[in-house]
Amino acid sequence: MKGLKNKFKNMSDTSLLLTITIVVFFVMYIGAMIFLGQGFLKPQTFFNILNANAALIILSCGMSLVMITGGIDISVGGVTALVSMCCAVYLDQHSGNVPMSILIALGIGLCFGLVQGFLVAYLEIQPFIVSLAGMFFARGMTTIVNTKPFNVENEAFVALKNTRITIPGMGSYNKLGDYVNAYVEVGVVIALLVVIIFFCLLKWTKLGRSFYAVGGNQQSALMLGIDVRKTKFIAYVLCSLLAGIGGYVYFMHVGSGSASHATGAEMNAIASSIIGGTMLTGGVGNIIGTFFGVLSLSTIQNIVSSAGFDQAWWTGITVAAMLCIFLVVQSVVLARKKVSK
Amino acid sequence: MATKAKGKFAFSNIFRQQIFIPLAALVILVVFNLIADPSFFKITLGTNNAGYPILSGSLITILDYGSELAILAIGMTIVTAATGGQDISVGAAIAIAGSVVLRVLCGNGSSDELQAPIIVAFLVSVVVAMLFGAFNGILVAYFKIQPMVATLILYTAGRSIAAWINNNELPIVNDPTFKYFGGLIPGIPIPTPFFIAAICVLIIFLVLRFTTLGLFTQAVGINESSSKLNGLNPTLVKFLSFVILGVCVAVAALIKVSRLSTINYSVIAKDIEMDAILAVALGGNALGGGRFNMAASILGAYVIQFLTTTLYKFQVQSDALPAYKAVVVIILVVLSAPKTREYLNALGKKISGMFRKEEVQA
Repeated sequence: MKGLKNKFKNMSDTSLLLTITIVVFFVMYIGAMIFLGQGFLKPQTFFNILNANAALIILSCGMSLVMITGGIDISVGGVTALVSMCCAVYLDQHSGNVPMSILIALGIGLCFGLVQGFLVAYLEIQPFIVSLAGMFFARGMTTIVNTKPFNVENEAFVALKNTRITIPGMGSYNKLGDYVNAYVEVGVVIALLVVIIFFCLLKWTKLGRSFYAVGGNQQSALMLGIDVRKTKFIAYVLCSLLAGIGGYVYFMHVGSGSASHATGAEMNAIASSIIGGTMLTGGVGNIIGTFFGVLSLSTIQNIVSSAGFDQAWWTGITVAAMLCIFLVVQSVVLARKKVSK
Repeated sequence: MATKAKGKFAFSNIFRQQIFIPLAALVILVVFNLIADPSFFKITLGTNNAGYPILSGSLITILDYGSELAILAIGMTIVTAATGGQDISVGAAIAIAGSVVLRVLCGNGSSDELQAPIIVAFLVSVVVAMLFGAFNGILVAYFKIQPMVATLILYTAGRSIAAWINNNELPIVNDPTFKYFGGLIPGIPIPTPFFIAAICVLIIFLVLRFTTLGLFTQAVGINESSSKLNGLNPTLVKFLSFVILGVCVAVAALIKVSRLSTINYSVIAKDIEMDAILAVALGGNALGGGRFNMAASILGAYVIQFLTTTLYKFQVQSDALPAYKAVVVIILVVLSAPKTREYLNALGKKISGMFRKEEVQA
C-alpha cells in the first residue's frame, strides 16, 4: 500500500492523468457491457465508435500537440470542412482522381499551418486570435467554394470509401442469424498510424521532448538552447497538417461536401485532449491519453443514447458534465499532489 | 516653435494610445466606404408600417445591431483583464437567458397574454445568467481551470439547456410592448438597443470612475500573486468578473429575444462570442490580461459591426462573411502586434533620422 502511495507521488503529471483516463474508459465500457448489455457486447459497436471517430482522433492528436506547447488551434474544424468541400468539388465537378485529392487535402492543411505557425511563433500573436481567424476563414471559404451540400459519386472514391477491413476472429450474429464479421474503415487504420507515429515522436525524439520543454517553461527551454520559435512553428504546422489528414478521413467517412460539416469538431477535439489528460497550460499531455479521451467521449454519448435519453440535448449536457468532472478531478489531483510534495 | 514641438509630440503620442487601433480601423472603413459608395452614409427619416417615424440607413443599422455586441464587450473586457482568458460560452448563455425570458413570459403554452410582467422575466433571466456566470467563475477562480476550457463546458451544454428549459418548444410572445427592446419605441426614431447600450456604457463608466473595480481587476490581471500580497482577493475578483459578464449576457439576451419575439436555440447569438472577443482584441486590450481600456473595447464592438454591415452592403453572403472578417482581423492583429510595431518603430526612427539630417544639411 505504501509502495503504491509512493508510486503515485513519484508519477509524472502526464502518466498520472493518463492512468486516470484509461481506468475511467475501461470502467465505463465494462459497466455499459454489464448494465446495458446487448449492443455493447458486440465487437462491432466498439469498431463503429472507431469508424465514426477516426477523424476526431487525428484532429485531437494535432490539438494535443499544440496544447502541449502551451497554445491552442481552434481552426481544425473549419479546415476539416474546407478540405472535404474542396475535395468533393474537385472529385465530382472536375472529375479528378483520388491521389490528387489527397494532395489537395494535405496542401490546404499545410498552408493553414504555415500561416498560423508564422503568426503565432514569429510575430507572437495570441494563438487563440490567430486560429479564430483561421476558423472564420476556413468556414467562409467553404461556402465560397460551394454553397449547397452534395454527395460525391466519383467511382474510385466511392470504392475507397466503402473499403472495409474485416477483423478475423471477431464478429457477431445479426438478427437473421447470419454471422457478420467485424470491420473497420480505412480511416481507422490511418488514425491508428497517426496515434502510433505521434506517440513515438513525442516520447523518443528530440523534437518531441522539446515540445514538452517549450510548453512547460518557455524561459528555461530557451536557456537549454531550444529554438522556442521554431518548435512552436513546427507544432502548428503539424497540427494543421493533421487537420488536413483528419479532414480527408472525415471526407472518406461521410463522402460528401457541406459547409456544415464538422461543426464543433474543434471543441470536441479540445474536450478529448483534456479528458485524455492534456493541460491547456502546456507541458503535460499524452497522445495515448488523447486516443482514450476520444473513445471515452464517444462511449458516453453511446451510453446516453442507448440508455433511453434520446433527446438531442442530453448528449450535450452529458458531454459537458463529463468534461466538468474531469477538469475538477484534474485540478484537485494536481493540487493535492503539489501539497503532498 | 513651441506649438510645433507640442503638436509633434501629440502626433507621435496618438500612435501609442490604445484607442488608436480601433479608431484607425474605423477611419479606414469610413474612407473605404466613402470611395466605394457614399450613399452608405445616407440617413433617411421615414415611417414604418405602424406609422411611427423611423430613421433608416446603414449607420443606424450599425448602431442598432452593434449594441448587443458592445454590451457583451463590456463584460468580456473585464473577464479578459482579470483572468487573462476569454469566456467562450456567452452565445450559449444568451440562449439560456433568452429561453428563461420566454419561459417566464409565456408559461407553459403560447397564450396571447403575458404570464408575467416583462421586468420580472428580465430580472429572473439576470439571476439565471449570473448563476451560470458564477458557475464559470467558480471553475476559473476556485478550481484554477483556464477560462477557455472552463467555459467550454457551458459552451457545449448551453444550447441544450436552453432547449430543455422550454421543452424544446418555441414559444412566441405576441405582446407588442415586448418588441420595444429590440425594435422601436413608438415616437422615437432611433432603435432602442442603442439606448440600452448607452445606459450600460454609462453605468460601467460610473462604476469604473467611482469604485475600485477597474483598479482591482487590472492589478489581479497584471500580477496575481503580488496583488494578493497587497491585500486583494484575486479569487473573488475573478469570480465577480464572470458574474458581471452574466449581467451583460442577460441584457444582450433580452435584446436578441425581443428582436425575434421568439427564439431559435441553435442559431440565436451564434458565434457572438467570437465577435465579442474580437471587439476586445480590436480595442487593443492584451488578451493575456492586465490593463484594459473600456472605451476602446466598446468602439471595437461598433467597428466590428461596421465591418459586418459594410460586407453585407457589398452583397457578401452571410455564410461567406467570416472569410472576409478573418482577413481583416489578421491584417489588424498583424499591424498591432508588438513585434511588428517594434519593427515599424525602428523604421520610423530611421526615416525621421534621415529627415533631421536633411534639415541640418539645409
